[in-house]
Amino acid sequence: MSPVLDAVFWVLAVISVAAGIAVFRVDSMARATYALAVSFVAVGAILLLLNLEYIGVITILMMVMEMAVMAIFMIMFMGMNPALMPMSMVHNKVGSLVLALGVFVVLAGGALLVDWPARRGEPAGDLTRSLGEAVMGSKMLVMLTVSPLLFATLVAALVLATPRGRYDRFGDDLRAATPRGPGEQGDQA
Amino acid sequence: MTLDTVLVIAAALFSVGVYGALSQQVVVMVMMGLELMLNGVILAAAGLWWFLAPAPDGQVLLLVVIAAMTVEMAMGFAVATLLNRSRKSDMTDMATDLSG
Amino acid sequence: MAEGIIQVGPLGTVTATVLLGIVAVLAAAFDGAVGARLQGRRTLSGAAAPVWEGARLLRQRRRTIVAADSLLWRIGVVGLLVVALLKVAVVPLGAWTVADLSVGVVWFNAMDVMVWALVWLVGWGANSAHALIGGYRFLAQALSYELPLMFALTGPAIAAGSLRVGDVVAAQDELWFVVWMPVAFLVFCAGVVAFSVWGPFGAAAGKDIAGGVLAELSGVDRLLLLAGRYALLSAGAGFAVALFLGGGSGPFAPSWVWTLVKTLAVLAALVGVRRLLPVVRPDRLAEVAWIVVLPAVLLQLLLVSFVVVQ
Repeated sequence: MSPVLDAVFWVLAVISVAAGIAVFRVDSMARATYALAVSFVAVGAILLLLNLEYIGVITILMMVMEMAVMAIFMIMFMGMNPALMPMSMVHNKVGSLVLALGVFVVLAGGALLVDWPARRGEPAGDLTRSLGEAVMGSKMLVMLTVSPLLFATLVAALVLATPRGRYDRFGDDLRAATPRGPGEQGDQA
Repeated sequence: MTLDTVLVIAAALFSVGVYGALSQQVVVMVMMGLELMLNGVILAAAGLWWFLAPAPDGQVLLLVVIAAMTVEMAMGFAVATLLNRSRKSDMTDMATDLSG
Repeated sequence: MAEGIIQVGPLGTVTATVLLGIVAVLAAAFDGAVGARLQGRRTLSGAAAPVWEGARLLRQRRRTIVAADSLLWRIGVVGLLVVALLKVAVVPLGAWTVADLSVGVVWFNAMDVMVWALVWLVGWGANSAHALIGGYRFLAQALSYELPLMFALTGPAIAAGSLRVGDVVAAQDELWFVVWMPVAFLVFCAGVVAFSVWGPFGAAAGKDIAGGVLAELSGVDRLLLLAGRYALLSAGAGFAVALFLGGGSGPFAPSWVWTLVKTLAVLAALVGVRRLLPVVRPDRLAEVAWIVVLPAVLLQLLLVSFVVVQ
């Protein structure tokens, strides 16, 4: 690996960890959420360095989208702005810190001490194509399992989160010409 | 950039996530901790894949991790919304009905 | 690397930046000219108006607001231009491209998702109610346009059998994709208009909320955001040309001329849409986007897949 790419890796690595720490240090909900987004983008860029082009770009795409939505949930649920009213929103801070440090020591120690085997095999020429062939070929069962799981998640999440169904919008016999909005006359929710 | 360094960075991300998931009181902040842990998992998986066995199948594992993240987010938001509607609260400490 | 595609060096990157700037200014001038004509003023004065407005904004002093989150605000304002540039990086101009990524189509998609975050940040950073409502409106709209846009992008990629933009252009040697993917093309163009907060999808910057995300912007910040919108439109038009209109293919002239001519034509149509259609409310858009547009794009993909397999 060339020294330039090595330097890029270290910069990205520091950014990803620093942004990750910032998530729990800053006192603004928007900043916390977007710090996490920065951490994900940095990791996505490291994946690009590892030649995982498709996965890297997809990680960036998905996570920026998720964080944009997450910021809204944060602000919707917090109901107050910690930036204006500083208060501690943590419990068991010392215990968590000790546990987190312990996890780090175990994982990093393991990573450094284990005698990793030599590399087996060479990457395919076009990694994106080889991924597509794996997903549509030998590993199709994985995707076949993931897709009903995602569908079930969609349905379950909607059932949990929506207070109003189509009968609330279109009336008991579903005959209303225009759907009723939340809180309008005749709305059941 | 070697396998060791990539794994150490991944371990750091994972540990920060562990701290967040354990210490935060707000449900959405707990989810951010979980996300950060999965972020570390993605990085570690990518490093192991590239440095040890860069076969195409390994990338499928990463896709599965990303899908797992999506499921976690969707269900987390749904539960948070439900909790908020029924209790006007978003703190984990106020949803301890099942704790012994 | 795709055949016949040359990756340009740093100088080419500068050229691409300058070109994007010129195209964006042309778009602004066109919009000004059309506006002036509709109001019965001289067309030329309307075309020059964006330049004077730019000069005025450059000299204007920034207004600041109590407890504004300047960091996030600035990121949002500058980000739109940066994202537009990153999009242009994968758009080939004739045979040249800044970055011939093997996943160029996905890259473009990832960049347009960045716009979600950036527009919301512009709305949030201002610490003003109208701006924040604008930011929320944009995210509500984004939930409607993003999926159809993603699937529209998938069409040409399936037909070309590659995510590399150069391969997609090369696959249109015989027949432009717009001919047998009209639905995907229209949806893509609508997506471009939507992520540029423009015309019918400009509710986030609507007049009814005092300019929404634009409400509190002044001076150079405002200039950057307005320029960012035109740059996004230009980048989207360029990508539409590469994806659906055969890139630089055409008779007589060199391919880079054709790319520019087609891009400007698409851009003119996208800019002109603003004068033709009313602003759509994001909540109404959701129903149409999910129940009508999304299935239509999926049917288009089915058709494309059938043709490719045949």
